Amino acid sequence: MTRRGIVLLALLGALLLVAPAFADRYVVSVLTTVLWFAYVGQAWNVMMGFSGLLSLGHALYVGLGAYVSAALFVHFGIGPWLGLWAAMLAATAAGCFIGFLGFRFGVRGVHFALLTIAFAEVARIGFDHLQWFGGSGGFFIPVAGNAGDDLLNLRGSPTLFYYVILALVVAALALSRVLLHSRLGYQWLAVREEPEAAEAVGVDLFRARIAAVAVSSALTALGGVFQAFYFNNLFPEQVFSMGRSIEIILPAIVGGIGTLIGPILGAFILTPLGELLTFLIEVTGLDLPGLKQLFYGVALVVIVVYRPDGVWPWLARRFGLVRQPGEEA
Amino acid sequence: MPIDYYLNIAVSGVLTGLVYGLAALGLSVIFGVVRVVNFAHGEMMVAGMYGAVLLAGFLGLDPILAAPIVAALLFGFGWLLQRGLVNRFVERPEHMQFILLLGIATIILNAMLMLFGPDSRNVQVPYGFDTVELGPLLLDAVRLRAGAGAIVVAAALFAFFRFSRTGKAIRACADNPLGARVVGLNIDGLYALTFGIGAGVVGIAGALMTLLVDARPQLAPEYTLLSFIIVIVGGLGSLPGALLGGVLIGLSEAMAGFLLTPSLKSLFSYVVLIVVLLLRPQGLLGKRS
Repeated sequence: MTRRGIVLLALLGALLLVAPAFADRYVVSVLTTVLWFAYVGQAWNVMMGFSGLLSLGHALYVGLGAYVSAALFVHFGIGPWLGLWAAMLAATAAGCFIGFLGFRFGVRGVHFALLTIAFAEVARIGFDHLQWFGGSGGFFIPVAGNAGDDLLNLRGSPTLFYYVILALVVAALALSRVLLHSRLGYQWLAVREEPEAAEAVGVDLFRARIAAVAVSSALTALGGVFQAFYFNNLFPEQVFSMGRSIEIILPAIVGGIGTLIGPILGAFILTPLGELLTFLIEVTGLDLPGLKQLFYGVALVVIVVYRPDGVWPWLARRFGLVRQPGEEA
Repeated sequence: MPIDYYLNIAVSGVLTGLVYGLAALGLSVIFGVVRVVNFAHGEMMVAGMYGAVLLAGFLGLDPILAAPIVAALLFGFGWLLQRGLVNRFVERPEHMQFILLLGIATIILNAMLMLFGPDSRNVQVPYGFDTVELGPLLLDAVRLRAGAGAIVVAAALFAFFRFSRTGKAIRACADNPLGARVVGLNIDGLYALTFGIGAGVVGIAGALMTLLVDARPQLAPEYTLLSFIIVIVGGLGSLPGALLGGVLIGLSEAMAGFLLTPSLKSLFSYVVLIVVLLLRPQGLLGKRS
């Protein structure tokens, strides 16, 4: 990044840090949604952006994370800070199994994407029938009656959740950056760009890909834990739905696949647009089911036709926010 | 439980499976030639269903007679889509094609939701409750007609690719696009034609499907996934494989719906997919790459 880029990023960070002091409840809740999508978008980006593995079933990892941590809390009183390890373990196990199935048998590209959808759908139908997780009737975490923020049990005010998700986004950003400049990260990029060449220089394709799935699914599961304790209710039809998987991939696509800032920027573009649309629909009384989704579909097509690399690379070039290749530091 | 009972269910499943197979055939044709995965396949199928529903409502047409009209409309749509949008993505990375078609699928799905609402619409046919007795079997007339219609269209499609000049040209395109261009074939035109044919075929499958299932927009993603499963199970790029995969999935769905609970029947299709990927990743009739 150039100095200008870093200053802008720091400014945004500072603004987000003090936002709850000025903004009202509505703005904080919208920002929480923005940050949630920025977070899971970053997690998805590890697979698609860094290693070229298209996953269209990330709702599976969100759902597993959410259900496992919620069930541990409700059934055994195990708090989210312990539960999240189990949640990450469950999601990683699922991710590695899907990866194992796909990568061993050469199920690549679009067909791998399909496999990820298939497993998310299996989970959706399966959880509909698992009574221990509430079945299709939904699973609920009791809302704490007493006031005050309880960080240990992740119960409390919207502001608490806002800071938790903000911390997650910053952590995921830092982790992504570290990973991208590590040995594993360079392997991922090599595997993404030219698998055969990567293999020829000694990269274990299978291991590199499995590592990407593992990191991505574990990170995504944390998003699920947050979702469970933030909303306090889980329905298989929503949590595991294909529409949710698509919502997860949108920020990174809009912002820029494979970039660090892309998913964050994408979330900051999409969520407020969605809110604006909801507002416009309410004001005009044009209550048509599917209008919002139609808009998302159009956004996908427009972005992929006109800005296939995403908004961030274009913006960064335009305003000199990142160093161009060959430019002096 | 008498064996006749199981036989009846199995044959019903096979007949439904033939319609599934026909839908998957459309997907297989597009993928085999244009090398683009039509992620809007189920959406096109449901569009075909609504076409048949509207034609039955306004003109009183039987879905089987409506099928050619629906096919022509969807052929036009597919042709235009390939010409206008998809064609410039043919050389782009796979995930971009996928995202483009995902966007198109989302648009079609929600346009249908806005136009027709979330409630299901059905087609009334005079033979709706008739049954046909075949030896020990007692089959629904609607199912028999839908299955027969699917076989006829599939046979016509096979004949087209095997014997007609255009069909051969399309196959040449699929085998070797560069070589086909060298001998003077109009690749872009043939791609558009193929996409149109694939869309038309899935439109017919949709029209036939209205004999068995009420039309709802929410069916679309299910049918997309179902077509994908069938194509992978049958073997990528194999047209007979698509039909066989359809029959197999139809059969397993019917059995699962009968032996377990109906809400678990699609779970069964995914299990079939995972088992096939484990034991025979190239699909039942696919060639090892």
